[in-house]
Amino acid sequence: MAPLLFWTPLLVVIVSALTGMVIFIAGEHHALLRIILNLVAAVLKLLLVAMIGILVLNGYTPEFRVSLVPGLDLVLRADALSMLFASLSAVLWLVTTVYAIAYLERSPNRARFFGFFSLCVAATMGISMAGNLLTFFIFYELLTLTTWPLVVHNGTATAIRSGAAYLRYTLSGGALFLVGLAWLYGISGPQAFVPGGSLAEHAVDARLSLQIIFVLLTVGMGVKAALFPLHGWLPQAMVAPAPVSALLHAVAVVKAGAFGLIRLVEDVYGAALVAELRLDLPLLIVAAFTILYGSVQALRQTDLKKRLAFSTVSQVSYIILGIAIGGPVATVGGLVHLVHQGLMKIILFFCAGIFANLLGVKRIDQLDGIGRRMPWTSACFTVGALGMIGLPPVAGFVSKWYLGAGAVAADRAWVVAVLVTSTVLNASYFLPVLKRIWLHPPPQHWPREVHVSRLETGSLVGSAIVAAMLSIAVGLLAGHPLSPLNWVDAIVAGYFP
Amino acid sequence: MTTEALALIVFLPLLAAAGAVVLPKAWLALMIRIGLLPLPVLLLIPTLEVAHNGAYRVALAGHDSPLGIAWQLDPLSLLMLWLNVGMTLLVSLHAGFSFRPGSDRAQRFWPLWLLLFAGMNALVLSADLFNIYVTLELVTLTAIGLIAVEGKPAALRAAMRYLLLALMASLLYLLGVGLIYGETGVLDLYMMTDRLEPGWLAITAMALMIVGLLIKAAIFPLHAWLPAAHGNAPGPVSAILSAMVVKVSIYLIWRLWFWSASEWNLDTAAQLMGVLGGLAIIYGSLAALVQPRLKMIIAYSTVAQLGYLLLLFPLASALAFQAASYHLISHGMAKAAMFLAAANILKSVGTDRLSRLAGIDQRLPLDVFALALGGVSIMGLPPSGGFLAKWLFLEAAWQAKAWGWLILVVLGGLLAAAYLFRVLAVICLHPRRHGGQASVRRAPNLASVAALLLALGAIVAGFTSAPILDLVEAGLPPGLQP
Repeated sequence: MAPLLFWTPLLVVIVSALTGMVIFIAGEHHALLRIILNLVAAVLKLLLVAMIGILVLNGYTPEFRVSLVPGLDLVLRADALSMLFASLSAVLWLVTTVYAIAYLERSPNRARFFGFFSLCVAATMGISMAGNLLTFFIFYELLTLTTWPLVVHNGTATAIRSGAAYLRYTLSGGALFLVGLAWLYGISGPQAFVPGGSLAEHAVDARLSLQIIFVLLTVGMGVKAALFPLHGWLPQAMVAPAPVSALLHAVAVVKAGAFGLIRLVEDVYGAALVAELRLDLPLLIVAAFTILYGSVQALRQTDLKKRLAFSTVSQVSYIILGIAIGGPVATVGGLVHLVHQGLMKIILFFCAGIFANLLGVKRIDQLDGIGRRMPWTSACFTVGALGMIGLPPVAGFVSKWYLGAGAVAADRAWVVAVLVTSTVLNASYFLPVLKRIWLHPPPQHWPREVHVSRLETGSLVGSAIVAAMLSIAVGLLAGHPLSPLNWVDAIVAGYFP
Repeated sequence: MTTEALALIVFLPLLAAAGAVVLPKAWLALMIRIGLLPLPVLLLIPTLEVAHNGAYRVALAGHDSPLGIAWQLDPLSLLMLWLNVGMTLLVSLHAGFSFRPGSDRAQRFWPLWLLLFAGMNALVLSADLFNIYVTLELVTLTAIGLIAVEGKPAALRAAMRYLLLALMASLLYLLGVGLIYGETGVLDLYMMTDRLEPGWLAITAMALMIVGLLIKAAIFPLHAWLPAAHGNAPGPVSAILSAMVVKVSIYLIWRLWFWSASEWNLDTAAQLMGVLGGLAIIYGSLAALVQPRLKMIIAYSTVAQLGYLLLLFPLASALAFQAASYHLISHGMAKAAMFLAAANILKSVGTDRLSRLAGIDQRLPLDVFALALGGVSIMGLPPSGGFLAKWLFLEAAWQAKAWGWLILVVLGGLLAAAYLFRVLAVICLHPRRHGGQASVRRAPNLASVAALLLALGAIVAGFTSAPILDLVEAGLPPGLQP
């Protein structure tokens, strides 16, 4: 058992990395091989993650450790929080792979796309399994590198420009991260992730340093988490193909930033130390502002994908809001939103991709009556949108409920006002869309219709339906022992004994 | 046994070079193999020696210093030897393809190549300032010959400019050597320490030698010859020039600074060297950002990356020494990979103007991949040798509380990302979609494989640093022991 335990976290990373390599080597022409490889790897990874999940449930923490420089270890270690993120991305990766294969069926350069797609997920797995801050950083930068070719995949001048913006933001953020990391390393050596943090002993003699480092690291991770004012790259990156948007918003990039902030607050500093250093309120204010700002911006967009992008800016900050409020209830709300937002956002992007790909519908005013033309897709979109607003029983409601209750419990009642305002804003940018989809009459001609016998067949819509069912399921079955909510409950119990 | 092995390491390539000139054409391939292939095996003997005894000294012809000439093998020179042998072998794989034995070009190229190889090996072994001068001249002159070997006008002009500056540099160095000899009566790098009092004469001598070496190392603002020379030379030559030849000059400055003058108080001069390094990083990166040609970008990148090696002087700690040595190695591999990949691209496309490179990732996937992987290491992004070097630099700067250098190292990485992603962005730009373009794919050949191997080496260096760092630590200079 022991050697197997030792290797499993590494194995999860390697499966995807190897898939990527083989796809590169196989080249453009072996389409069937590529599809089989992609699916086999996705399923295999899901099984591996499930297996590690069972190990973690039984109290093991599988760990792989290798020394990079004497005193500097690369640690891959599966704990409960890793599993939350890893299982989310493993599930969504499978769904997105199926979707992407169908979406890019006849487009050029697929070998490059799927190669980097796999590498990207390998990096995400590394992020989720990272056992210390340095390992996290390594995979975090690797994620930047592997997503860039996906963002510029279309090869148009606009794509290259938004790719450049993406790099400007993420690499600068990464540089600040590195400075903070080296500084922290100088103060206290390697930062293993320990629930409750491990820096308390330095709180007195290095107080200012710790505060500055926290800001540096928060900026480094906030870039990917699209915290205001570091969110500029996200709407621009919308030029990428729809599966990439799904990956950026739900599976990997934005989530990696939010996940990193959770690790930083809960496992490096510890919520108590963050509060003692008086860093929780600034973080809370930034998160609250980002929530409102993202929603207001979303309201102003006429392009569907742009509106969804700003909606992500707003929604991801719920996660950060949860950990910044502190206290067990709000933390549960934040952590569980990591999963819920991913599930709901991926539906919306899948549907937006289907609308754009099959009917050429990209703007919101073109959506009139699309519910009659594509009822299944529109139904899925509706589920996602309602979930985002926070309507029960879709998953979004559960997170908002916990966040609100947690804010009251932590004596930060004003946050409830933010949540309510945001819900109103969410409703006012999603409900008109739903009204157009279902109630307006369809136009004579769609902007650019693809002529196929039946529009809604195959894995494009299938992936969206699966994601929609999942997000209803985690809302309805929130009480089940294996639901994300209960899993998060167990994690948070470790933070607040 | 070690003496014989070391002698063979220098004289085998030398004899092979002579054989390549004298013997008929058909023998060239054999001579190349004799000059290159046994070297890694031979190197094992001195490696074992260093592992057991730390250092090893050879008195040539039986006369030790101060009368005779000595070679000294210590962990640092062993590291340089391994680097030189490894890089030359891998780059030769590429050269064997672009200068295939049998052609007239090959007949001109290979003797020079083997001579350069022998000269570099002798240079890192030498303990004698005058002997170093001789080997340095051998290295410089063969390098100039190699730049001009294809006879292209641009390369000839660059070689001429390099020749003039290098001759001036050699004169400065020789003047310094003369002054030192007059002052102390010794020429041995490791024996001067006690006799070398920091008087005016000794300081002038030292300064002359270091300025001479700085010119040869193309440190800003003495870099003017490098971009044209490295940017116009044949691919394998650019690779070895950027990866090794300029580095040995810096290696020599390290030797003079931390070994011969280890007793001196050099704080002000060290800060000055650091400033030069910083200017090199910033200027080289900015210049790379505006170059229209791929090879020129890579050449200016060398100007920038050499700057990091000078940061060792102000930081002056065991950690900084490890950082600089690791940077030297990983930059060597990454830069050689990039130059080889660029040469393959140049050959296939016919030009290396950026504007013509759109979409070549479909035609030359391996070369673009090598270019990108090398780039990752140059940017210092993980996981790569470049990242570990950057991390060690940051740690060293943090320990010395030298915030300026810390920021510079991070900024340098960002600038490198800016000029390298400019290249990758152009390559990924596909203005016109050609459905059938993907099928025009060249079979991968040894030339691409060599580039890829070097690039992978730079990435793997991000994982297995322990043996190299242990070796560096064993060879720390007397003043920097932790």
